[in-house]
Amino acid sequence: MRNPANILEERATRERPTTGPGNVIEVEDLVTHYGDRMILKGVSLEVHENEIMVIMGGSGSGKSTLLRHLMALEEKTSGTMRILDHDIDQITRQEFLDVRKKLGVAFQSGALFSSMTVGENIMLPLYEHTELDALTMEIMARIKLEVVELSGFEDLMPSELSGGMIKRAAFARAIVMDPKVLFCDEPSAGLDPVVASALDDLILDMRDAMGMSIVVVTHELDSAFKIADRITILDRGEILMIGTVEEVLVSKSPRVQALLNRTPEEDTMDPDEYLSRLVGETNPGIAHL
Amino acid sequence: MAEQKLSAAEKVEGVGKATVSFVESVGNGGVIIAESIYWILFGVRERQPVRIGAVIQQMMEIGVAAIPIIIMLTGTIGVMLAIQGIHTLRIFGAESRVTIGIAFSVVREFAPLITGILVAGRSGSALAARIGTMKINQEIDALKVMGINPTRFLVVPAMISMIVMVPALTLLGMFMGLFAAGLYVNADLGISMAAYTRDTIDILSLDDLWHGLGKSLIFAVLIAVIGVVNGAGVQGGAEGVGKATTRSVVQAISAIIVTDMIFAFVATR
Repeated sequence: MRNPANILEERATRERPTTGPGNVIEVEDLVTHYGDRMILKGVSLEVHENEIMVIMGGSGSGKSTLLRHLMALEEKTSGTMRILDHDIDQITRQEFLDVRKKLGVAFQSGALFSSMTVGENIMLPLYEHTELDALTMEIMARIKLEVVELSGFEDLMPSELSGGMIKRAAFARAIVMDPKVLFCDEPSAGLDPVVASALDDLILDMRDAMGMSIVVVTHELDSAFKIADRITILDRGEILMIGTVEEVLVSKSPRVQALLNRTPEEDTMDPDEYLSRLVGETNPGIAHL
Repeated sequence: MAEQKLSAAEKVEGVGKATVSFVESVGNGGVIIAESIYWILFGVRERQPVRIGAVIQQMMEIGVAAIPIIIMLTGTIGVMLAIQGIHTLRIFGAESRVTIGIAFSVVREFAPLITGILVAGRSGSALAARIGTMKINQEIDALKVMGINPTRFLVVPAMISMIVMVPALTLLGMFMGLFAAGLYVNADLGISMAAYTRDTIDILSLDDLWHGLGKSLIFAVLIAVIGVVNGAGVQGGAEGVGKATTRSVVQAISAIIVTDMIFAFVATR
C-alpha cells in the first residue's frame, strides 16, 4: 500500500499555480464503439486552463481511446465535445485546422518521422503553418531542443536516439508551435525511473513556464501522483472518479483502491456465464450440459 | 453432410468478404484520387500547398534512381524481340521486315509494360511500406494532430511524381528498346543503323507513341493508388507492413496487365 502522507509530502515540494477560470476541453456523455463493442459509455469531463489532467485506468479501460477522441482523431457515436471553445460537430474545416494548430501531442512511441532528422521533425509544423524563414525556424527548433535538454542533437536521425531522447524530441516537436493543449500518451512507459522522473519534471515545467493545459494518459502511479492537478480514473469505459490527488488517495471506492494498490479485482462473474463464455455460447443453459 | 453444408457456407461467406473488401478498396482508391485532385487544385487556397521539394524528392526516388534498371531491362527486351522476330520471320524469308514487329511491340506494349511492372515492384511497394510503417508508428496520427493533411503531405507528391516519371521512364524505355534491338539487327542481318532508324520512323505514328504513353499514365495512377490503399490499410505490426507490401506489388502488377489488355483491345477497335 502506498503511503498517502509520503505522496502528499513529495508534491508539497513544488509550488503549483492555480488553474485558469475556463475550460480548454469539455466532453459531455461521450459514447464510442469499435464495431459492435462499446468502448466509452457516456464519459463526461472538463480540462481546465493551465491544468495537468491525468487519465488513469487499467488495460482495456478505454483511456487511450478517450485520448484519441480528445485529440479529435476518432469519430464518436454520440455525445458532445468542445475543444478550445469550438464544438467539434459544428466546426468549419478552417476553424478545425486552426484548433489543430493549437494542439500538441507526444505519442507513446514518439512518432518522429524516421526519414527526417530530429531538427527537421521539430521544424515541420513551423514549415507547414508559418511563413518564417529557414534560419528563424532553425533557431526556434534549437530553442525547443534546449527546453527538453537535447541541444546539439538536431542533425541526428531518430534511429540514433535512445528511448528517453526520442520522447524528449517528441515533446520538443509537440511544443514548437506553443500549443494551448498538450497531450501525452504514456510518457514514462518503458523508461528507467530516473529518465521517467526527468520527463515528469519536464511536463511540470511546460505547464508552469508556458501556461499549457496538459492531458496525460498513464498507468504509472508515481508519475501520475507527481504531476497531476486532477486525476480521471476510467474503468471499463466509464469514469470511476475525477478528483485531486488527495481525493483519489482517500477514496473509499474498492475499484479505485484496487487500481492504486495494483491488486486484481475479485472475480464476480456468474459461474454459468463464465462456462458459457469458455465454450463460446451465449446461452447460459449450456453450462448445465 | 453437415460438414459439407458448413464448408459451402464458409466458402460463400469467404467470397462475400472478399467482394466487400474489393469494393471497399476500390472506393478507398477513388477517395484518394479525388482528395489528391482537391489538394492539387485547392491546396494553396487552404493554406496547405503541395510542396515542390517533396515532389522533386519523390521524382528522384521513383524516376531518376530507376533509370539504370530501366535501360538494362528495356534494352534486354529489345534484343530479345529482335532475336525472336528474326527467328520467326526467317521461316517465311522475311527477316528484313523484323523492324515492323520490333517497333510496334516496343512502343505500344513492352516499354510501358516493363516500366510499369518495374516501378510497381520498386516504388509502389516502397510507398505501401512507408505509409504502413508510418501508420503503425502513429506518424500519420501525429500529422493529423499537427493539422497536416496526410493525403496532401504524403500521397500527392508520390502521385504527381508517378504521373510525371512513369511516362518519362516509358519514353526512355522505348528509345532504349528500339536502340538495343537495332544494334542486334545490325549485327545479325547487316541492316545499317541509319536504315533501321529510317524504317522505324516510317512505321511508327504519333498514335503509337500516345498509345504507349497513355497506358503508362494509367499505370502510374494505379501503382500510386494501390500502394497508398494497401499502406493505409495496414493492421498489426511489422508483419502487417510486410503483407501489405507484398499485396501491393501483386495487385499493382495484376492491375497493370489486365489494364494493358483492356487498353489494347479498346485502342485497336
